[in-house]
Amino acid sequence: MRYLRLLLTQIRISLALGMQYRWEFLLGGGLTVVWTLISLVPLHIAFSGRPPIEGWTYERALVVVGWFTLLKGVLDGAVNPSLIRVVEQIRQGTLDFTLLKPADAQFLVSTAKFEVWKVVDVTAALAIFTYAFSRLGRAPAVVDVAVALAMLGAATLVLYSLWILVIAAAFWVVRLDNLAYLFNSLFDFARWPVTMFSGIWRVIFTVVIPLALMTTYPALALLGALPPRTGLLSVGGALLFAVVARVVWRRAIAHYTSASS
Amino acid sequence: MNLRSLRRATRVLRAYPTLLRVGFAGVMAYRAEMLVWMLTTTMPLVSLALWTAVSSRAPVGKFGPADFTAYFLAILIVRQLTSSWLVWELNAEIKSGALSQRLLKPMHPLFLFSADNLAAIPIRSLLCLPLALVLLFATGDRIPRDPTTLALVAVALLGAWLLNFLVSALIGALAFVMESSTAIFEVYLAAFSIFAGYLVPIELFPPTLRAVSEALPFRYTLALPAELLTGLLDPARALPQLAVQWAYVLGALVATTLAWRAGIRRFAAFGG
Repeated sequence: MRYLRLLLTQIRISLALGMQYRWEFLLGGGLTVVWTLISLVPLHIAFSGRPPIEGWTYERALVVVGWFTLLKGVLDGAVNPSLIRVVEQIRQGTLDFTLLKPADAQFLVSTAKFEVWKVVDVTAALAIFTYAFSRLGRAPAVVDVAVALAMLGAATLVLYSLWILVIAAAFWVVRLDNLAYLFNSLFDFARWPVTMFSGIWRVIFTVVIPLALMTTYPALALLGALPPRTGLLSVGGALLFAVVARVVWRRAIAHYTSASS
Repeated sequence: MNLRSLRRATRVLRAYPTLLRVGFAGVMAYRAEMLVWMLTTTMPLVSLALWTAVSSRAPVGKFGPADFTAYFLAILIVRQLTSSWLVWELNAEIKSGALSQRLLKPMHPLFLFSADNLAAIPIRSLLCLPLALVLLFATGDRIPRDPTTLALVAVALLGAWLLNFLVSALIGALAFVMESSTAIFEVYLAAFSIFAGYLVPIELFPPTLRAVSEALPFRYTLALPAELLTGLLDPARALPQLAVQWAYVLGALVATTLAWRAGIRRFAAFGG
C-alpha cells in the first residue's frame, strides 16, 4: 500500500515535469507517427502480396508490430528513463541518497522517472491493432484481449528484468553505452514473429532474450491462437526472470562502493 | 603560410604510426567493451537469418536466399570496417573533462580520435571478418574481380569510413553545447537502420522511398560499398553515387571543422 502511494507520487512528479515540455510532446508525437510508418516498410516488403511465412500473413504480422510499438513505448516511457539515471548516479556516487531512503532501492530507482509523452506510442500501437483487425474483418474476442493484457504484464516484467540486469552490470563496468546499444539492436528484432527465425536464433529469442514472450505470444493471444501451455510457461518464465534480476540486483548493490571520496 | 601548413601536415603524418600503436594498446586494455561491440556488429547475421527464411518460398523482388546471404555478409563486412563509436566517446570525454588531455597535443583532436578508430579495426573485425569474407566468396561469382571495380570498392569504403567518422564527430561535438548528444545519435541510428540498407536492401524499397534514401547521406555510409561488393550496383552507375558520397564527405568535413572550432572555444574543462 505504501509502495502504491509512492508510485503514484513518482508518477505525479513525472507528469508535472512532462507538462513543462509541451513542444516535446508535439515533436515526439510527430516523430512517432513517421517512425511507425517507416518501420512498417520491411514488413510490407516481406509480406505484402507474398505467400504467408510460417503461417504469418501480413495482417497477423501487423499485430506483432503493434505489440512491438506498444512495448517500445513501455520501454522508452517507463523502464528506460529511470534506469538510465541509475548509471549516472553510480558514476557520481549520488546513488547514496537513494540507498539511504527508507524504501526499497530497486523500487525507488525503477520508478524515478516516467516519460509521460510516450503515451503517443500506445496510441500508435492501438491504431496498428485497429488497422490489422479491420483488415482481418473481425474484432478480437473479449477473452483474448484479457489474455493478451496478462501477456503484456509478463512482457513488461521480462523487459524490466532484462534492463535491471543490464543496469546491474554498471556496478562493475563504468560505461554502459555499448551494452544498451546491443540490447536495443536486439530488441529491434522483436518486430518480427519469432517463428520466422530458424535454428539457433529462434532458441536465443525464445529462451535467452525472450523476444518471443514480449511480442509474438501477446500477438498470438490477441489473435486467439496462443496455446494455453505456452501462455502459462511464459508467465512462469517472466516470474523466474524477475527473481533472477532481483537476486543479481541485490548482489550488485552489495558490490557498490560509493564513488564520492 | 603554405609552407607552414605543409610542415604541419608532415608532422601529423609522421606521428600517425605512433598514434595507431597507442590506440591499439588502448583497445587491448578494454577487451570487455570490445567483446560487446563485436556482438553488436553481428546483427546483420540476424537479418540474414530472417530474410533467407522470408525468401525461401518465393524470392522477394529479385532477391533469393543466396542474394540475401551475400548482401548481409557484405553489410557485416562494411559495418565492421567503417563504423565509429565516437559519439559516446566524445560525450564521455567532454563531460568528464578528459578531452583537455587531447587538446594539449599539438594536432587536431580528431586526428587522435581517427587513429584510435583505425587501430581498433583489426581487433574489432577479428571475430567476424575472416568468416564473413570466406562465406561471401563461397556464395559464388558475385564478388567483382576486375581491378577497376575493386578500386571503386576501396574508394567507396574509404568514403564510408570518413563519412561515418565525421558525422559521429559532428554529433559528438554537440555535447559541447548540450548536456548529452547521445539521444540525437539514437535518432540518427534509427534513420540509419532504415535508409542505409542495414535492415533491408534499398533495392526492395518502394520507388519514392528509394529516391529519398538516395538523397539522404545514410546510404553512402553502408549500402554503397556493400552493393558494389556484391555486384548489385553496376560499376558504371556507381560513379555518380561515389560523387554524391564524396560531396557528403566534404560537406561533413567543413561542418565538423566549424563545429569543433566553435565547440572548443566554449569548452572549459570540467574538473580540470
